[in-house]
Amino acid sequence: MKYGYFPGCSLERNAAAYDKSARAVAEPLGMEFVEVEDWNCCGATEYISLNLLASYALSARNLAQAVRTDGLGELVAPCSACYLNLTKCDKSMRESPSLAAKVNEALAAGGLSYKPGSMRVRHLLDVIVNDIGFEALRAKVTRPLTGLKVAPFYGCFVARPGYVQFDDTEFPVTLDRLLQALGAEVVDFPLKAQCCGGHMTQISEGMGLEMIRRLVKTADDRGADLIVTICPMCQLNLDAFQGAMNRHFGLNLHVPVLYFTQMMGLAFGLDQAALGIGSELVSSRAALAAIGATPEGEAGGPPKRVKKDDKALPMPAPLMRA
Amino acid sequence: MTEVFEPVIIGFTCNWCSYRAADLAGIGRMKYPPNIRLIRLMCSGRLDPTFVLKALASGADGVMISGCHPGECHYLEQNYKAMRRYHLLKRMLTQMGVEPGRVKLVWASAAEGARLASEITKMVEEVRALGPLNWPTAGAAAALPEKPAALEVPA
Amino acid sequence: MTEKIGVYICHCGSNIAGTVDCPEVSRWAAEALKARGVVVARDYKFMCSSLGQELIEKDIKELGLTRVVVGACSPHLHEPTFRGACGRAGLNPYLCEMVSLREQVSWVHTDKAAATAKAKAVVSGGVERVIHHEPLESLRVPIHPATLIVGGGIAGIQAALEIADSGTPVYLVEREPSIGGHMAQFDKTFPTLDCSACILTPKMVTVGAHPNITMLTYAEVTNVDGFVGNFAVTIRQKPRYVKADLCNGCAVCEEKCPKKVVDEVFEAGLGYRKVIYRPFAQAVPKYPVIDRENCTFFLKGTCKACEKFCPTGAIDFEQKEEIITIQVGNIILATGFDLFDARRIPQFGLGRLPNVFSSLEFERLCNAAGPTNGRVVMRDGVTTPRAVGIVHCVGSRDKHYNNYCSSICCMQSLKFAHLVEERTGATVYNFYIDMRTPAKGYDEFYQRLLEEGVIFIRGRVAEVTDVPQRPEEEGRLVVQVEDTLIGQQRRIPLDMVILSAGLEPRHDAKQVAKMFGISCSADGWYIEKHPKLDPIATMTEGIYIAGVAQGPKDIPASVAQGAAAAARVMGRIQQKEIALEPVRASIDETRCSGCRICNNMCPFNAILYHADKAVSEVNPALCQGCGTCVAACPAGAISGTVFSDQQVLSQLEGLLLRNLQPATV
Repeated sequence: MKYGYFPGCSLERNAAAYDKSARAVAEPLGMEFVEVEDWNCCGATEYISLNLLASYALSARNLAQAVRTDGLGELVAPCSACYLNLTKCDKSMRESPSLAAKVNEALAAGGLSYKPGSMRVRHLLDVIVNDIGFEALRAKVTRPLTGLKVAPFYGCFVARPGYVQFDDTEFPVTLDRLLQALGAEVVDFPLKAQCCGGHMTQISEGMGLEMIRRLVKTADDRGADLIVTICPMCQLNLDAFQGAMNRHFGLNLHVPVLYFTQMMGLAFGLDQAALGIGSELVSSRAALAAIGATPEGEAGGPPKRVKKDDKALPMPAPLMRA
Repeated sequence: MTEVFEPVIIGFTCNWCSYRAADLAGIGRMKYPPNIRLIRLMCSGRLDPTFVLKALASGADGVMISGCHPGECHYLEQNYKAMRRYHLLKRMLTQMGVEPGRVKLVWASAAEGARLASEITKMVEEVRALGPLNWPTAGAAAALPEKPAALEVPA
Repeated sequence: MTEKIGVYICHCGSNIAGTVDCPEVSRWAAEALKARGVVVARDYKFMCSSLGQELIEKDIKELGLTRVVVGACSPHLHEPTFRGACGRAGLNPYLCEMVSLREQVSWVHTDKAAATAKAKAVVSGGVERVIHHEPLESLRVPIHPATLIVGGGIAGIQAALEIADSGTPVYLVEREPSIGGHMAQFDKTFPTLDCSACILTPKMVTVGAHPNITMLTYAEVTNVDGFVGNFAVTIRQKPRYVKADLCNGCAVCEEKCPKKVVDEVFEAGLGYRKVIYRPFAQAVPKYPVIDRENCTFFLKGTCKACEKFCPTGAIDFEQKEEIITIQVGNIILATGFDLFDARRIPQFGLGRLPNVFSSLEFERLCNAAGPTNGRVVMRDGVTTPRAVGIVHCVGSRDKHYNNYCSSICCMQSLKFAHLVEERTGATVYNFYIDMRTPAKGYDEFYQRLLEEGVIFIRGRVAEVTDVPQRPEEEGRLVVQVEDTLIGQQRRIPLDMVILSAGLEPRHDAKQVAKMFGISCSADGWYIEKHPKLDPIATMTEGIYIAGVAQGPKDIPASVAQGAAAAARVMGRIQQKEIALEPVRASIDETRCSGCRICNNMCPFNAILYHADKAVSEVNPALCQGCGTCVAACPAGAISGTVFSDQQVLSQLEGLLLRNLQPATV
């Protein structure tokens, strides 16, 4: 299956491992990525609050280039921020003809134009979970990740209501199920759709580090060996700033943060170096050594009471969500 | 000064849902154009497609058929039968050269007065844009031939 | 041959006259439609008044009118009034036609000239149609004195008692092993804080002992045939595996049964029951049932402890289900509600966080006969909470789930607040949107709670979480909520959270409705005949609804509706017969070719096929008059009264003013 591919700035630099691993797992799954020709930055998170028209024009240029590169109609963005910016741009242009007109005027200066609705922007997780499917994933697993306890972390972008909804906004489960399909044990991580802080580390360091602390500590408390993310910003915050966070709060947490495509690659039996594993700042070596070991009966999450004369009241089972 | 064409639309409503929706629109004082004239039937399933043809042949420019939502028919499933007839009728009308926009099926429950009013308003404008139907026999008294009595055919 | 038609245009005060020129319409009718048979046309301020009706009656008597057309409000309001006037004057009531000039003309159009022109066309349509009306007599149908009530909750119980007390037989069908419904699960009822079981069980016992009530518990209706006054209902009596005539209710079997399972129904999943069980101690009837799916004997062929210990030999593993057919004249559906499943809102944590409870779970917790004997404790069954939060509107007033207000949850939440304070002394927070306390004693109850020190926070709860952000939140549940009255986000550390979940229609309400021939609204509640003026009747004669099945309401309202439905039924039974509208189809045998296309058109199975004569026939008692078969017959052999082809086509001609001589209007 062919898709237009929008790596975005992060995947060229700090999230190079994401790019590497995404391309590495695309091939065994039969996905062909055609990189958008001459793409530009999507504008990240700040631009839209500075200059609406310029920000949309920036995203629309990417969409226009995507149509030109390969009129496939489907554009995959692994980075959640790029994904949201491109989706938002297309949606706003569809809903506001006057905006679309102004944006196209700007694009015309570069000899481009974009008809709203021509490109369907999708997150890489959406494509893998919905187009490839869990069965196909399971079929490719040669080295199940048994023994590894993971905390799935979606970040806040993909759960935004009102855009392309491929999962529940309050309690997403697609990444959980993907990791389960790879054989890993998914811990109950209630903060999985909470914000990682974004650029708060630059704006208000204390607040930003607190948000990181909260996420890392909860994952650790719930018994996770590592956190799995789908967004370069989240990975950067939780990984690169983990040291700063530890120093700021006087903690000694060590929870590595990897991309879901890296986990897929590991389960498919691919070489660690080919997946960019080892480039993360908080080393995953110790955590990954747990793969293949049978768990010693320690349950992740809240302790279960199994005593016979126990007075505890029965609890309703959680609903399985699609 | 060109005179604005005022279409005449006949609406067939069902006693339980759409007629009550029309009543509700009245109670709520919701306004719609006076171009529509309603006929009450007990059920949309009562609608004989010849009624629609007769209406168009007699001078109506459009016909709106309205009944209970599928699954909510007072007589359980008769609106599905109305729906089947409607689709076949539409095909026939297009083959006869009548624009599809002239005959419309709208489901309206007894609570949907506002919706019915807006559908009527929409349809009046759509038919206005299509212009008068001018069915060839509209001027003369168009009587449909009597349904012939069934003949006994020996086995 | 020409009919003598009287046309009456109502002003309805200024409701019609304000937009339609009524005197002009009347004048026009007398003139332009004279050739069509109009001999008199009048306009009057209020046709529905006695003076207005007398105008019609006088004209019928003095002018020998043979047809009457009234242009006024909707026939749904006053058709019976004008038909009655005609009847009193000696004219068959069905020779009167009413056309709507108010709801469908004066109230919806602003252009007076256009409205008047339309009014003329509408009257013209009515005149053309009425010419083809025929005199008809209402169908009189006998009413069988027995009544079926489906649902043994408080509404059904009330209805059953009222009807049975009046002396006629009642069948009460309930799908659970005992009657009592949801009310039996509650601890206290608001606002009096009466013990729910204490006020319910006497009624239950009376039902059980009443000579006129046949209780069919652990049974379900599977089929309904017939029509008002004459229903044939098939009921499936599920096997209890206990012989009712031998069982004396000693409950030794329950005591000796070795297997316990979680009771998902009565205990709302919070407690256990045995595999042979009565749902609760005061169950009516007192006979237990064996839960076949979990019974060791049915699964593995062993145990049989209940049989061994039963002193009267009442256990019967061979018992089969029974199919019973009954004849009844009227049916009341009082099937109640299901609780909104709050696990659908994952951010509230039900099913994930142990100390989040649903409202029914909490009722069982409070109940003295419940799993903790009435102690309000946390999920560990031991610890008393020090701070409890109660969330209003869970799944209600929410466009993502149910848009409507569930009516009872505010009062229920206040009740919970009081009970928690009383039993634990904990600090209680109620998170609400509005405080809905409309009935007698309700707002006073709210004020009492304000004085008792319950903390009320107005705002929708964003989430219930166990992830702490500050030291005081460690190990506790935290409710994050926007306190709209102070305009701030708040995080409240608590030990226990109770979700006041909304009421929903039963999961199978749509199937049940279809079986009885009624419909459900978009929200899933049964549809009443008129939301204001007839909330307990349905569009189907003979089927009535009562209680929450019609829409969320509290116990007093359910009781009132049960009694109202009973009164309606008793009225019918007393009259011994009912007059049905003679809107019917009939088949002309000479034109019928026996093609049988009509047979499958009828959802009421009113069309019979006579193979010997190779013709079809409509049973007028079963026919509901929808007219689908009339439209379907390719030979035009079926005609419908009141909505015949002639009548509709003539009305069409009249509406398009093709009935006039040229150069009028």
